[in-house]
Amino acid sequence: MSDGIITLTSANFDETVKSSTTPIVVDFWAEWCGPCKAIAPVLTEIAKEQTGVVTIAKLNVDDHGDIAQRFGVMSIPTLLVFNNGEMKKKMVGAKGKTQLLAEIAEFIPKKN
Amino acid sequence: MSSENVREVIIIGSGPAGLTAAIYTARANLAPLVIEGEPSSTSDQPGGQLMLTTEVENFPGFPDGVMGPELMLKFREQAARFNAEFITEKVTKVDFSARPFKVWVRDEMHLAKSVIVSTGAQSLMLGLENEKRFYGHGLSSCATCDGFFFKGQEIVVVGGGDSAIEEASFLTKFATKVTLVVRRDVLRASKIMQQRAKDNPKIEIKWNSQVTELFGTEKLSGVGLIDTVTGEKSKLDVTGLFVAIGHRPNTDLFKGVLDMLDNGYLKTKSGSSYTNIPGVFACGDVQDHTYRQAITAAGSGCMAAIDCERWLESQH
Repeated sequence: MSDGIITLTSANFDETVKSSTTPIVVDFWAEWCGPCKAIAPVLTEIAKEQTGVVTIAKLNVDDHGDIAQRFGVMSIPTLLVFNNGEMKKKMVGAKGKTQLLAEIAEFIPKKN
Repeated sequence: MSSENVREVIIIGSGPAGLTAAIYTARANLAPLVIEGEPSSTSDQPGGQLMLTTEVENFPGFPDGVMGPELMLKFREQAARFNAEFITEKVTKVDFSARPFKVWVRDEMHLAKSVIVSTGAQSLMLGLENEKRFYGHGLSSCATCDGFFFKGQEIVVVGGGDSAIEEASFLTKFATKVTLVVRRDVLRASKIMQQRAKDNPKIEIKWNSQVTELFGTEKLSGVGLIDTVTGEKSKLDVTGLFVAIGHRPNTDLFKGVLDMLDNGYLKTKSGSSYTNIPGVFACGDVQDHTYRQAITAAGSGCMAAIDCERWLESQH
């Protein structure tokens, strides 16, 4: 996609998460969720600013409920952070950019 | 970091009140800066409480209804069209003791000749010990966001007002049964909403009851209830809990600065948006614990804009 955000589906989820060379933040969202819409621009900005450092991906829970269920997602937006194919962090609820960046800072390698 | 530029007006908050004030002050060439708040899953977020609702049926001009988030997007677009400026963050601190007024977003200071406060109100939670732990694991503050995850399950909605019934009705689309837990033996909700609850076969009302405990290991598996009359305890096996027991105004920023009622709502001079500080105006739910409607908030936002514009003129 042009905004650098990957669209995940039931079909490509495992492969994409496993083969990602960077930490990957997966946004579980749906069309009918107001707070999900509110964080969309925040995620787009982070995707742009952190290209090659952190990957941002989206998963529509309406279409791919099996994945949401597998990770116990019961509230959206939920953001899951995967690193080296493993789930490292679960964040429930919408957050502002500053807060979100602070939450994922531990996954961003420090620049020297 | 600070900006030497003194604005005509800063608007804090971006629900129907703040955005209406933005539309009016922008059209009056006051170039408002709207500090709209930051995304969250509570009603304390840009767009305000309507961001957590679905269909709004009573906003004039929309005969077929309109989705809450969509309505707020339209408000915002309209303000942006007249060049209102937006910062999508929360105000950290204010200083209204001298003019120009100072408003901080983290360490960034903004100066303005006038301020319109429209920070709204947010939903109250139950205040139970392990409440936070179940948030996102069965306990939700947003029926429209999370109802979907309770397909074929039994859930509880706490509250007896319009929003509780609206949530309960909405949730019956997904849940097999919704128990409405009401503290008294009457509903506070409007007649039309009461009827809606009574007509819905999936809604059962549990009168004189309060949720006192939450059960479950990883996910919520049940709630403990107490009968407020007999003191008798009981347990309901449910996987979902939604809370709609009222609101508190977002006035923490203004403690000791702006006059408030005992319940924390801002005081305004009757029939106007004037606060105790000349040049600081308040509108919307932050100063209204009576009507609390999108349309009344919008109306009071318009009042604040006009009061503000006239006050600025009087200062020349």
